[in-house]
Amino acid sequence: MIQADLSIVLPEIVLALYAMVALLAAVYTGKDKLASTLVWVTGGLMVALAVWIATGGNGSQEAFGGMFVDDGFSRFAKVVILVAAAAVMIMGQDYMSRRGMLPFEYPILIALSAVGMMVMVSAGDLMALYMGLELQSLALYVVASLRRDSVKSTEAGLKYFVLGALSSGLLLYGASLVYGFAGTTKFAGIIQVAEHGHMSLGMLFGLVFLISGMAFKVSAVPFHMWTPDVYEGSPTPVTAFFATAPKVAAMGLFARVLHDAFGGAIVDWQQVIVVLSVLSMFLGAVAAIGQRDIKRLMAFSSIAHMGYALIGLAAGTEAGVSAMLVYLAIYVTMNVGTFSFILMLEKDGKPVTDIDALNQFASREPGKALAVLVLMFSLAGVPPMLGFFAKLGVWQAGVDAGLMGLVIASAVASVIGAFYYLRIVFYMYFGASEGEVEAKGSPVLTLGLMASAALMLIGVVYQFGIDGAAAAAAATLVN
Amino acid sequence: MDNILSIVTFIPAFAAGLMALLLRGEDAAAQRNAKWIALLATSITFLVSLAIYLDFDPANTGFQFVEEAEWIFGLKYKMGVDGISVLFVMLTTFVMPLTILASWNVTTRVKEYMVAFLLLETLMLGVFMALDLVLFYLFFEAGLIPMFLIIGIWGGKERIYASFKFFLYTFFGSVLMLVAMVAMYADAGTTDIETLLTHSFSAASFDVLGVHIVGGMQTLMFLAFFASFAVKMPMWPVHTWLPDAHVQAPTAGSVVLAAILLKMGGYGFLRFSLPMFPVGADVMTDLILWMSAIAVVYTSLVAMVQEDMKKLIAYSSVAHMGFVTMGIFAANQQGIDGAIFQMLSHGFISAALFLCVGVIYDRMHTRDIDAYGGLVIRMPAYALVFMFFTMGNVGLPGTSGFVGEFLTLMGTFQKNTWVAAVAATGVIFSAGYALWLFRRVVFGDLIKESLKTIKDMDARERFIFAPLVVMTILLGVYPSLVTDIIGPSTEALISNFNQSLAAADTASATQIASH
Repeated sequence: MIQADLSIVLPEIVLALYAMVALLAAVYTGKDKLASTLVWVTGGLMVALAVWIATGGNGSQEAFGGMFVDDGFSRFAKVVILVAAAAVMIMGQDYMSRRGMLPFEYPILIALSAVGMMVMVSAGDLMALYMGLELQSLALYVVASLRRDSVKSTEAGLKYFVLGALSSGLLLYGASLVYGFAGTTKFAGIIQVAEHGHMSLGMLFGLVFLISGMAFKVSAVPFHMWTPDVYEGSPTPVTAFFATAPKVAAMGLFARVLHDAFGGAIVDWQQVIVVLSVLSMFLGAVAAIGQRDIKRLMAFSSIAHMGYALIGLAAGTEAGVSAMLVYLAIYVTMNVGTFSFILMLEKDGKPVTDIDALNQFASREPGKALAVLVLMFSLAGVPPMLGFFAKLGVWQAGVDAGLMGLVIASAVASVIGAFYYLRIVFYMYFGASEGEVEAKGSPVLTLGLMASAALMLIGVVYQFGIDGAAAAAAATLVN
Repeated sequence: MDNILSIVTFIPAFAAGLMALLLRGEDAAAQRNAKWIALLATSITFLVSLAIYLDFDPANTGFQFVEEAEWIFGLKYKMGVDGISVLFVMLTTFVMPLTILASWNVTTRVKEYMVAFLLLETLMLGVFMALDLVLFYLFFEAGLIPMFLIIGIWGGKERIYASFKFFLYTFFGSVLMLVAMVAMYADAGTTDIETLLTHSFSAASFDVLGVHIVGGMQTLMFLAFFASFAVKMPMWPVHTWLPDAHVQAPTAGSVVLAAILLKMGGYGFLRFSLPMFPVGADVMTDLILWMSAIAVVYTSLVAMVQEDMKKLIAYSSVAHMGFVTMGIFAANQQGIDGAIFQMLSHGFISAALFLCVGVIYDRMHTRDIDAYGGLVIRMPAYALVFMFFTMGNVGLPGTSGFVGEFLTLMGTFQKNTWVAAVAATGVIFSAGYALWLFRRVVFGDLIKESLKTIKDMDARERFIFAPLVVMTILLGVYPSLVTDIIGPSTEALISNFNQSLAAADTASATQIASH
């Protein structure tokens, strides 16, 4: 029995054990000198695990009496999380080690947070949910304040920690209410009690608190306040990490809880998600207009994108979850490319994040500028880039679910949002004065940028079977 | 040649890809190569597209040269042309080599410039050939990107404002259309345009937020598509992006904008709005007819007071597009034939007028009307060409401009006499602003010192205008060249339109009777 359980959680165990071994190894040998190697080893292990999970698993299995679920949905999310985490970590290696800010703990913390994320998307129980969430969050609080000598970075870490603790409190409170009224912490048990029309008021309260806690993690408005400050203050590689894997994990968890535990009460949570979605899209679009700092801009962009992904969740259907997964995968790819670009920007060896500095970038680096142009139009959702198909997917799910108003609102928001993506293109191509920023950095960054831009275009013809995989994943979650 | 449409569509994109990947450097040789490759590619596209024209069977009212293939996300790649679209395809392939020739004097970022135009050609051709909603939207919308860059990089002083306005205006219209497309898919279960043309969407009236919507779903979808096409057209009062975009765009950009991009709006009305939402169109007809009449008169008056030549022609474009929308929504044979004719004719004439402005702009670097005068003394050939197209713009019998205006007015007269009467005054105004422009620029004494050394058109410029002159006269004296091809298709469109309306009437009559 135990053996069967353990074999299901084997990928998580391997990654966690690796993190501990790596910690010991680094402490007793070269410490920070080992950091760069550790980054590559950790990244390699994550990719290997992703391949293993993608090819190895099939069917749905439960471990530890249903606390941990291994199904198509969790596997899809885990593959995206692991690949994104590995890619972003490796992207940041050169940036950090050149500036002497790459401690050996960094790759280990990222690995631990990845374990947390994997548990999150596999959670079949409120306890497992909370365990995964906290493991992920605690690691992230630390990496946010990785630059101990920088006020901004420390501030970012502290803010993230305090607000994160608050959200954990909300979530725990909700979980306790749900437990109190359902009599169980297992999703499989909750879903039998939580039926629309038969939900007790306390249960409903618990649900709303749970949603609030999770909305904080995906930085949906009105729980987004931490996002711009943390994005701006954290070292750029860490920001890139925040914008990718944890978002996928949190959305995966969101979908997991709402469908596995509250699938019978779609009517009750649908309206909440709709409101979160609309607010996120509009705030993300409007607030980004005034930003001069590209990291803050990307923070608002990620808020808006989570709003679009939430449309798929709000639909409450299998097609909706599938569209959401596709959206997340495409979103992560775009962000990997965009952050590769941001990591490259520097002047006299110092990182630059001011978008004014991009003036006339296209005349100095035509190839990279073109790739960024593709990414920006893709983020804005302009065809033929893949970002357009991501939006189309969630809109289709939304209309099928009868959420016409939400879809129209998101269409309007996408036009407002297009403005600031265009502005980056504007600086690069139309800018009047000569900016001074250079795009240096390791070939890894160039590869990340070019590959993600190329994927946005290739996606129009061939998508590597991602839609089929997402549909299969969604089918195991929604029933 | 089973996939001739795809071949024609993607030749320019292929050339653009080659150019982007293989051509290096910014020296004179690289610039020359870029220009020649672009010219060659667009010319080949035109020659190949002639095969479509020659093989096209006008008697067949369905789609021809249809290609179909699986695409991503369960969507379909489907292309085809019918009588309505085939001439727009030809217009596009015909105008593009001329635009490339007109850009021969570009010196900044030549390679990127040519790549942008070649990609734009592919996307425009795709719009007229796509037979799948999402594919259509993809081409329709993607065209914004190269145009945004063309205006923004190679445009005039206020290019930033103009490019953003252009992009956001049209993007806003389009996303609403996309939402309607998604709703159509939800309703009909397919994105295939051929199937959707035979699908009848619900026209039962209902209330939304206390507002009674006559024609129900159809009216709402019609409005969503209208938002996109009316902006693209552009119709009064959402035309304000056009003068800005035209003035700031480089000459070739203005030519493409006026000759082809504006036609996408009219084409969209004919392909989607009328046949797919007949009840919605019927509900909105009066409003649209009056908007068109206002557009014709108002923008003609605005054109009169312009100081900038390009702005004047831009406003005159809006007025001429007013005739087009009027003709389309008159929904009878003369109206729709006239509308298509007017679009094609405007494609030649407005392109030529923008080229005319380009000729003197290249020499003097100003578009102020006041900066010119008496050009006929130094530039007799130019004066002749300019006069010819001014007359075409005015709608002089014998030029193609006349046929379009006459047919649309005749069609509208049958539908709504007052609208036709008001719009007819626009014909007089157009004579007013066009002739006055010509008088101020070309006639009078040559007193300006700067103009004393101006040179007449060179061989390249004459060569650009020659085909446009030929087409304007040819269509003017032999309109059957167009009407024979579009006739059967428009006839089918109108009879389907009337049948659907009649069916909807009976349906709503029984609905009322049953209550």
